[in-house]
Amino acid sequence: MDAIAREAAPLARDVIAIRHLSKTYGRADGVVALSDIECTVADGEFLSIVGPSGCGKSTLLKILAGLLSRTSGEVLLNGSPIDGPRKDIGVVFQSPVLFPWRSVLGNVLLPVDVQQLGREKMKQRALDLLALVGLTGFEHRYPWELSGGMQQRVALVRALIHDPAILLMDEPFGALDAMTREQMNVELQRIWMERRKTVVFITHSTSEAVFLADRVMVMTPRPGKIDDLFEVDLPRFCFNDVMTTEKFGVYVRRIRKSLNAGGGLE
Amino acid sequence: MGGPKNFALRLLLIAAFLVVWEAVVRVFEIPMFVLPTPSNVFMALWRGITSSLYVDHIWITLTETLMGFVVGTSLAFLFGTLIALSRPVEYFLYPFIVMFQSMPKVALAPLIIVWFGLGLASKVVNAALVAFFPLMVNTIVGLRSAEEDKVNLMKSLAATRTQIFWMLQLPNAMPYIFAGLEMAMIFALIGAIVAEFVGAQSGLGMLIQSMNFTMDVAGQFSVLLLLSMLGLLLNGIVMGVRRRVLFWDASQKFDAEAAKKEAV
Repeated sequence: MDAIAREAAPLARDVIAIRHLSKTYGRADGVVALSDIECTVADGEFLSIVGPSGCGKSTLLKILAGLLSRTSGEVLLNGSPIDGPRKDIGVVFQSPVLFPWRSVLGNVLLPVDVQQLGREKMKQRALDLLALVGLTGFEHRYPWELSGGMQQRVALVRALIHDPAILLMDEPFGALDAMTREQMNVELQRIWMERRKTVVFITHSTSEAVFLADRVMVMTPRPGKIDDLFEVDLPRFCFNDVMTTEKFGVYVRRIRKSLNAGGGLE
Repeated sequence: MGGPKNFALRLLLIAAFLVVWEAVVRVFEIPMFVLPTPSNVFMALWRGITSSLYVDHIWITLTETLMGFVVGTSLAFLFGTLIALSRPVEYFLYPFIVMFQSMPKVALAPLIIVWFGLGLASKVVNAALVAFFPLMVNTIVGLRSAEEDKVNLMKSLAATRTQIFWMLQLPNAMPYIFAGLEMAMIFALIGAIVAEFVGAQSGLGMLIQSMNFTMDVAGQFSVLLLLSMLGLLLNGIVMGVRRRVLFWDASQKFDAEAAKKEAV
C-alpha cells in the first residue's frame, strides 16, 4: 500500500498528507469506518475516491474538512494538522446547500462574510467566477429560481470564492440527472484546468472518477481501507472522445475489479 | 374560484343572510335583548362611533393589545433563543415551561387584576402572558430546524457560533417566528379582552360587559363586529411585514402563486 502511494506521488509538493489515519465511531470496539489510510495529494492534483456506500469515503472527506475528529493517525494540510474547520478549505456537498434568503451573489459571498474578507473587494471575483460557470446575469436571482445543475454550480463557486488551498467535493453531482451530470463533469474539468486547484472528489461513479482524476483511490468497506490507488493517464478533452477510448475502459474495469473483490458490488 | 361573478355572488350571499336574519327576527317577534336585527346592530355601531364612545374604547384596547404583544413576544423571543441555544437553560427551565404551557393562561386573569390593578398594566401583562407561549415555542423549533448540511457548511467555513446564529439559524427560523407572531397577535387581543372582562374601567371588553348588564344586545353585537375588524387589522399588519421579510419562503411563494392564479 505504501509503495503504491509513494510511487504515484507526483513531483510537486504534497498539499495533503494522510498518515495511518483510522476512525472508529463510538467506543474503541465501535464501527471501524477507516482503517490505516495512507495517502498524499500533490499541489494541483485531482484525486477521485471511489467506493460503495459505507466504505468510509464520506468519513474521510469530513475528517479532511475538519468536521469530524480522527481516532488515530495524522492528517496534514500544507504541513499543519487538520484539527477542526479551517479557512483554507472549500467544500461542495451532495446537495447545493444554498440559503434561500440569499441571492446567488449573496450565497457565493457567504464565505467572504463568515471570514470577513470584505464584500467590496471580493465582489468582482465572485462575478468572474460566476461567469466561469456560465451564470452571468443570474447573480441577483434566488436559489429557487435555478435548476439543480445551476444551483450546484453556485455551490462550486461558493467553495472557490475564498481561494482555498483544497477543494473537497462529496458526490457533488450525485443528485443530478445523467445528462446534467455529464455536462457538469465536463465543466468541472474545464474549471480545474483553468484554476488548477487541488481537488479531492468523492463519487460512486467509476466513469466520473476516471474522467476527472489524475489519480483514483478505490476504497472497500468494513473496515474502510484503500484497495487500489493508481494514476490515470488520459488526455483531457471532450467527454465522449475519452469515454470511448480503450484505456478509459481499462481503468474502469480496474476499479470494478477491486470493488468486486471487496464485495462492494453485488 | 374568484372572478367578478363569484365575488358578486359572495356579496349577494352576505346580503341574503342579513335579510333572512332581519326577517326572522321581525316575523317571529324575537325580543331585542335576545337577538337584535342587523339594522339595530348597525344603528348601535353608528351611534357608538359618531358619539366617539367607541373610538376611545377601541384606542384603549388597541394600546393594551399592542403593548402586550410587544412585551410578550420580546420576552418569548429572548427565552426561546436562550433555550434553543443552551441545553442547560432548557434543562432547568423545562419544568416551568411544561407547567405553564398546560395551564390555560386566561385563567390567570383574576390574579393579574389583583396584582396589577384595574388600569392599563394588568391588561398589558395578561395580553403579554397569553401571547408569550406561541412565539416562544415557535422560536425554539425554528432555531433548531437548521438542516445538518447547512450547519456543516457553516462549520466547514470556520464560522463561529455567533455567526452560525446570525447567518443561518435566525433567518432559517423566520418562517416559524412569523407563524408564532401571527398567533401571538390574536392571542394578545384575547388576553386584553379577557382581562377587561375581569376588571377594567375602559376598553371594548369592559364595554361588552357593561352592555350585558343593561341588556343592550345590539350594542354587544356592534362591539363584536368592531373586535373582529380589529383582529383582521392586527393580523393584516403581521402578514404585511411577513410578506416583506419572508419573500424567499417556499410556503409563502405557493400562497402568492395561488393568489395570482385566483386573481386571473
